[in-house]
Amino acid sequence: MPAVQETVDRVRAIDLDQYKWGFSTSIESEKAPKGLSEEVIRFISGKKGEPQWLLDWRFEALRRWRTLEEPNWARVHHPKIEYDELYYYAAPKKGGGPASLDEVDPELLKTFEKLGIPLKEQAVLAGVEGARVAVDAVFDSVSVATTYKEELAKAGVIFCSISEAVREHPDLVRKYLGSVVPVTDNFFATLNSAVFTDGSFVYVPKGVRCPMELSTYFRINEQNTGQFERTLIIADKGSYVSYLEGCTAPKRDENQLHAAVVELVALDDAEIKYSTVQNWFPGDKEGKGGIYNFVTKRGDCRGKNSKISWTQVETGSAITWKYPSCILRGDNSQGEFYSIAVSNGHQQVDSGTKMLHLGKNTVSRIISKGIAAGRSDNTYRGLVSAHRKAAGARNFTNCDSLLIGQECGAHTVPYIESKNATAVFEHEATTSKIAEDQLFYCTQRGLNEEEAVALIVNGFVKDVLQQLPMEFAVEAQKLIAVSLEGSVG
Amino acid sequence: MLEIRNLHAEIDGKPILKGVSLAVKPGEVAAIMGPNGSGKSTLSYVIAGKDEYEVTEGEVLLDGESLLGMDPDERAAKGLFLAFQYPLEIPGVATMTFLKAALNAQRKKRGEDEIAPADFIRSVNRAADKLGISREMLRRALNVGFSGGEKKRMEILQMALLEPRMCVLDETDSGLDIDALRIVAEGVNSLRAKNRAFLVITHYQRLLSHIVPDTVHVMADGRIAKSGGPELANELEAKGYADFAARPAA
Repeated sequence: MPAVQETVDRVRAIDLDQYKWGFSTSIESEKAPKGLSEEVIRFISGKKGEPQWLLDWRFEALRRWRTLEEPNWARVHHPKIEYDELYYYAAPKKGGGPASLDEVDPELLKTFEKLGIPLKEQAVLAGVEGARVAVDAVFDSVSVATTYKEELAKAGVIFCSISEAVREHPDLVRKYLGSVVPVTDNFFATLNSAVFTDGSFVYVPKGVRCPMELSTYFRINEQNTGQFERTLIIADKGSYVSYLEGCTAPKRDENQLHAAVVELVALDDAEIKYSTVQNWFPGDKEGKGGIYNFVTKRGDCRGKNSKISWTQVETGSAITWKYPSCILRGDNSQGEFYSIAVSNGHQQVDSGTKMLHLGKNTVSRIISKGIAAGRSDNTYRGLVSAHRKAAGARNFTNCDSLLIGQECGAHTVPYIESKNATAVFEHEATTSKIAEDQLFYCTQRGLNEEEAVALIVNGFVKDVLQQLPMEFAVEAQKLIAVSLEGSVG
Repeated sequence: MLEIRNLHAEIDGKPILKGVSLAVKPGEVAAIMGPNGSGKSTLSYVIAGKDEYEVTEGEVLLDGESLLGMDPDERAAKGLFLAFQYPLEIPGVATMTFLKAALNAQRKKRGEDEIAPADFIRSVNRAADKLGISREMLRRALNVGFSGGEKKRMEILQMALLEPRMCVLDETDSGLDIDALRIVAEGVNSLRAKNRAFLVITHYQRLLSHIVPDTVHVMADGRIAKSGGPELANELEAKGYADFAARPAA
């Protein structure tokens, strides 16, 4: 079946305003008291049985955060966030480390089923060899089940929740946590450092090629609960890992704050590929509701010849504020950023990347495709810089925007700084509209307008879709079409 | 097959078609000739259903069924094909992908199954060979970086693949050298059939010496000013459009 056809079927099946994943489960939560205080942090830390050093680390973050102002340079607008009105911790009452799936709340399992997460081991085991995907499912804040741990353990790969890593692998966590995104990094990252609840931890030992794609599905479920995931991935010398992150969230009236931090560390000759398909609730037709996605993602190519590659397909969220970046510290290290950002309705996207060239002969590549429809605003913001020692640094940036309709906006804000005369940076940018004539041409051949838009858009984003693992690419193609539904005619 | 009755159409409030009446029978090749600005291309767009033209009066019927209320894709599924004067580029979409999407979209609207991939590839390759279109070109993004001649050949390829009953060719000869013209004309001639009709719009007679029409209509100032057989084309070639252009607007 051609992807286009599938896309069309999907578009028919789902209306933007009938967000398919807009259900919520009725599991009782255990919440921390509302607001942000040392007591709340002590509560979170206590719940997780954290060591003193981590509690102190959180306190330091809180102290720092109180001195910071919310950033206002992004091209996004939203009502003031009342941080004291949010809950910073909510865990499903049952769970929190069940011995087997039988102990998992059946409601929870149903939710996972609706999400299509292959949580049940037998179902996944019945799947095709090689297509196995380990799932570290985050339900609100507590990791409930982790599959394939054993197989990964055989390879020596550690893949677990960050809370578990704090308990089981404290030396690794202590060594690397905050080493890429320091506690003091920015308003949202600092907030995350104070109150992060859970997330994923990956360690791939020296010379190991991780035997499967690692995948985490995030899902925000508790009303009014900000989610503060913390993900830490370390690829030791000569190792390789591919990590997939995808998410859906239930429909809600009130805005939900999401301020995650993702840290990647690649040592000598190591490679990390991090892919995201993001489909959080974008808000309804009037722009009400929807997730605020204020995320700090950064990779450190710490070793020589290391490589970090970010691929993202962003279709959801009311507001996206996100700049997955690479610090190219090791000589000959490589950073890549492939992005598709789709905005429709009243969505606001301010996204891009930073490529910081510190080492010699470092190479980076940025391919960004922004698609704006409806009344949305879509901004690419990127920084490419070469420091004094970055002799022979090279960057290629290609930044294309596609506009659909009359009321949307696309903006490109590239920053380029070079302190080394041997650095070579190239920047290309285009902005185009889906022309009426193009649509007419396609419809004259028998495609309806939505099929025509989907086809043209798929052509536009092809370079980036090719970077995604196969099954993710198909999913992403569907999501893009769904996100643009109703953007013409 | 195609019947146009007293068709009036305007763009941005400016009347272009001022009462076109014309009938094309199954199996017929009808040519429309006329000076620039006479409304020839507008006629093709209105038949195909381009949005920006407003029909203010009259009727366009395909096999007795009115086309005017239909979207362009519905008209296409009914068997109407327009070969564009300036075919559009679709960046990033491989020609094969586009062809398959178009064919299956039409089949779906007609309640038919999708074409089997092997049958599809065979049909495309057969049509491509006839038109001298390479496999490499079929893998490239549709019309992107194609020469004028390649674009026109690609239009004929699409026509061959989609098997329409009513083909409208808008200035297909424009921008073609003599070799490309011959290839395109041969492509069209090989599609001539009892149950298929053509409306060939052209400024020059030269295309019509390769695609010999059954009837020739001269369009001037938004109307059919004169109709006749193939000899009318030769007459126009000799005398030009002076007689028609000089006629005062009604």
